[in-house]
Amino acid sequence: MSELLSIEGLGISFGGVKAVHDVSFKVKPGEIVSVIGPNGAGKTTLFNMISGIYRPETGRVVLNGEDVTGMEPHLLARRGMSRTFQNLQIFQSMTVLENAITGYHLQESGSVLADLFNLPASRRRAREAEAGARRLLERVGLERAAEREAGNLSYGSLKRLEIARALALGPKVLLLDEPAAGCNAVETEEIDHLIAEVAASGVAILLVEHDMKMVMRISNHIVVLDHGEKIAEGDPATVSRNPAVIAAYLGAEAEAEHADG
Amino acid sequence: MRISPKTATLLVLAVLVALSPFFFPSNFYYRIGSLMFVNAIAVIGIVILTGYAGQISLGHAGFAGIGAYACALAPVHLGLHPGIAVFLGAAISGVLAWMVGRPILRLKGYYLGVATLGFGILVSMILTNERDLTRGPDGIDVPDLGLRALVNGLGLNLSNGQFWYFFSGICMILGAWIALNLFNSPAGRALRALHGSEVAARTVGVDVARMKLQAFVISAVYASISGSLLALQNRFVSPDIAGFMHSIEMVTMAVLGGVGSVLGAVIGAGILTLLPQVLTIFAEYEQLVLGLVMMLVMIFLREGLLPSILKRFRGRDE
Repeated sequence: MSELLSIEGLGISFGGVKAVHDVSFKVKPGEIVSVIGPNGAGKTTLFNMISGIYRPETGRVVLNGEDVTGMEPHLLARRGMSRTFQNLQIFQSMTVLENAITGYHLQESGSVLADLFNLPASRRRAREAEAGARRLLERVGLERAAEREAGNLSYGSLKRLEIARALALGPKVLLLDEPAAGCNAVETEEIDHLIAEVAASGVAILLVEHDMKMVMRISNHIVVLDHGEKIAEGDPATVSRNPAVIAAYLGAEAEAEHADG
Repeated sequence: MRISPKTATLLVLAVLVALSPFFFPSNFYYRIGSLMFVNAIAVIGIVILTGYAGQISLGHAGFAGIGAYACALAPVHLGLHPGIAVFLGAAISGVLAWMVGRPILRLKGYYLGVATLGFGILVSMILTNERDLTRGPDGIDVPDLGLRALVNGLGLNLSNGQFWYFFSGICMILGAWIALNLFNSPAGRALRALHGSEVAARTVGVDVARMKLQAFVISAVYASISGSLLALQNRFVSPDIAGFMHSIEMVTMAVLGGVGSVLGAVIGAGILTLLPQVLTIFAEYEQLVLGLVMMLVMIFLREGLLPSILKRFRGRDE
């Protein structure tokens, strides 16, 4: 199978400091690729470049054979890229259901005039989006919170809501920025299953996650960043044996675990 | 049966328009009532722009001025019926809003506020200085809409004040209906989404610049129609209508009532139209009392009157 998303030598600097430098890797359909690294390694910056929020200074992002480097996020969404955020980006004053429906924006939006005068075409589009959104809320276990204001939900629920909203686009590539952060063990496992399920349906998944157990469990391929540069990549077993990785990242955690034990 | 918030709002407004006259102490209040409704139309436009989409305009009176002067000038110079002139004014306002908003709304931040401020001042200056066309600061007469004669021809016997009261009331309810349609529609959801989190809205595919522009154009059309109706019922218009104070008034009314709520917009417009009439007893302290009321609302009822009150009621229920 050929790659769906190809990252080629991406780099960006802020105020003369290289935040990310010359990072390359590829993601195939149905594959889960995780990006790991210590805090400040440039993982979220990398995500922001891939998803069009930052414009990279060097390198290319190729999606499905098309160069989409620095393309506006809403145009990337149209090409099948979807994402969640490390620091939740939920529409607080909307209901849970409405949040999920916005994920269907591309399918449900039409003529604004039809919307203003509540024409049948507008109502039909909105109805279809709502039906889809309700199915998705069921899939992530939030169907009973549908009518609640999103701002009142627990952190774990909001994480799942964000994934639901991202899935509503019917993405080919899904970028998940710390989907399990702040979640308890049960919630983490649920998210685990959800991600595996989505990948099994052929979606290419790019994951940033701090929960190393989760990363080792579900990733097909791991890319390790440190100080903005890729220091290793490979399957979980290979990466966890890599001395540079242990020194930069796993080592720190192993020491911590050792101290705990 | 459960009634939707939309139906509830429209019912409240219909009852308000239909029953208020029974409580009027004098016929003068028809005039105040119709002023409230005309102001409310502009403020509903602000609710769409600021309450839904989170964008700020400080020059919407410019569009009201265009709508008003269209009704004064198009019948004389183009031979158009004043009723058609309302739509011409709305179309001009919409196109101008599109031209002004297009470059600005691509930028982030409060550029729109500054740019619209400039736009409003520009319109007001043109209306004041182009004496050959607009007769300058003295103002200009506006022809009769002719609708009252038509309605009374059907057997009704409405005074001028009564006609404008009910006609403005119906226009306001229509404006509220359209704004409430938008709220729960795909486009309205996209506007509220970009208000909530612009970055998230973009990642679900919302073309943020385009949606903001649409909201700006729609709200400009509301302001324009409000200005047209004001000119038509006064049978006169002066450049004051496009002045900075009028722009500020619109925003203040929206904020006072609750900027996210259509019903709040009507309440805000109602209070700020009525208050100066009541406050005449304070004579020269009128502005002072008005300012004080605004400050107290902003301090104690930050979300605006209606949302704050509703929240308090709901809080008690639980």
